[in-house]
Amino acid sequence: MHISIEAIAKTFGVTNALHPVSLSIPQGALVALLGPSGSGKTTLLRILGGLEQPTAGRILFDGQDVGRLSVQDRRAGFVFQSYALFRHMTVFENVAYGLRARPRATRPAPAAIAQRVTDLLRLIQLPDIGARYPAQLSGGQRQRVALARALAIDPRMLLLDEPFGALDAQVRKDLRAGLRDIHDQTGLTTIFVTHDQEEAMTLADLVVVMSMGRIEQIGRPKEIRQAPANAFVRAFIAS
Amino acid sequence: MTFASANPAAGPATSERLPVRLALIALACTGLAILVIAPLVVVFAEALRDGWSAALASLGNPDARSAIRLTLTVAAIAVPLNAVFGIAAAWAITKFDFRGKALLITLIDLPFSVSPVVAGLCIVLLFGANSTLGGWLVAQGHPVVFALPGIVLATLFITFPFVARELIPLMIEQGRAEEEAALTLGATGWRTFRTVTLPNIRWALLYGVLLCNARAMGEFGAVAVVSGKIRGQTATMPITIEMLYNEYLSVAAFTLAAVLALLALVTLALKSLLDRQHADQIAAIGQP
Repeated sequence: MHISIEAIAKTFGVTNALHPVSLSIPQGALVALLGPSGSGKTTLLRILGGLEQPTAGRILFDGQDVGRLSVQDRRAGFVFQSYALFRHMTVFENVAYGLRARPRATRPAPAAIAQRVTDLLRLIQLPDIGARYPAQLSGGQRQRVALARALAIDPRMLLLDEPFGALDAQVRKDLRAGLRDIHDQTGLTTIFVTHDQEEAMTLADLVVVMSMGRIEQIGRPKEIRQAPANAFVRAFIAS
Repeated sequence: MTFASANPAAGPATSERLPVRLALIALACTGLAILVIAPLVVVFAEALRDGWSAALASLGNPDARSAIRLTLTVAAIAVPLNAVFGIAAAWAITKFDFRGKALLITLIDLPFSVSPVVAGLCIVLLFGANSTLGGWLVAQGHPVVFALPGIVLATLFITFPFVARELIPLMIEQGRAEEEAALTLGATGWRTFRTVTLPNIRWALLYGVLLCNARAMGEFGAVAVVSGKIRGQTATMPITIEMLYNEYLSVAAFTLAAVLALLALVTLALKSLLDRQHADQIAAIGQP
């Protein structure tokens, strides 16, 4: 899906979280929103998912204005920073949640739901953990379950907030490759937020560097590395 | 290593020497005995002073029965209502940002800081036969003061904070992410509440309800003001106990007191039973 962000701004009280920012994301791209904390990248992601309302501007999904579209109707597969798995449900129930939440008319039969969950657990290479609770999983496993849960609703795009933030270096590397694979298999337009420039540069097709609620530069990793647009970008990618 | 070689007998750093330990244990046990166990024992001993038959006979008294029925009725109305109000207040405070949130939190605590007698007087002033509202209600045949509605109102006011107070810290700690996740997965607000919020708070909710129930059955001050203490009609268990005691009917007073204490003990037993039975589940979902 092609996403077009047109002069989106957001203020919380008196603070400007986002100055008007504009951005066009091509169908099927893997995009990193890169910046230090407080740069507005998570706010932008949450506005895309419908979890925050922008103060001004509009967002188009494939040319359709989604300003009036509720969180539920946006069908964005959202992976939260701390994964937000439902702690009182098993992994199976977590992944099945979005399918069971559909209105009766479009809800798959229990057997179809079970099949879909099994397929997704295989996709994230954890086929045998359906009966476990989130508290019994490692950080990396939780992240993959959160990804499977987001994919279960057949999302129009994937939005990930610091998906590798809380993991150690080796797991991080494996999961990066995992996300790349899943992106390539599903062809979903994928946007992830990170403060780690190396992560953004190695994983993304397109990197959006942000600071203080503004977009500093948009470009392929190579372009940004070779021709930083300004002093901030130069300093940030050098760090 | 140096610690161990210097004093091989030393245990973990947190353990005190034997005399200190014994002194602390003795202090704790004495306090517990004087403040908690002795009063309970006295209540039951006094109730049974003239034997079981005298105690049971005093419970057969119509006024005593009416008091028990009234107290259970009031708790049965007030506790579910305050469970709903408490959930609503905690949900609003922890899952949404709005103006006046700090004020709402203060208001929830108000019943804890206002004397129950004052609370009772406020209800009398608002709904008494001399007030506009109260006069109209009496004319309609629905008196509030010196009747069941007034007692329920007073109990509702006094027990309002228990459920909300129990839920708010837990819900703040749990944050909003799980609810947001449910919404992004297509769940409606009601479904999110039913399948995500409520299961996550069920144990805290249960504790809040049990505490609320204990207080609802035991409330004296506010109810004493609004009830008018009409024997056999508006006298709840605590009020009947006081009246019987003032009339030197100590067996009857202490028997009723023992029943009230037993109701509280049943509540506590229920709580610890649930604790034990669901320990695994509680551990798995990481809650108290």
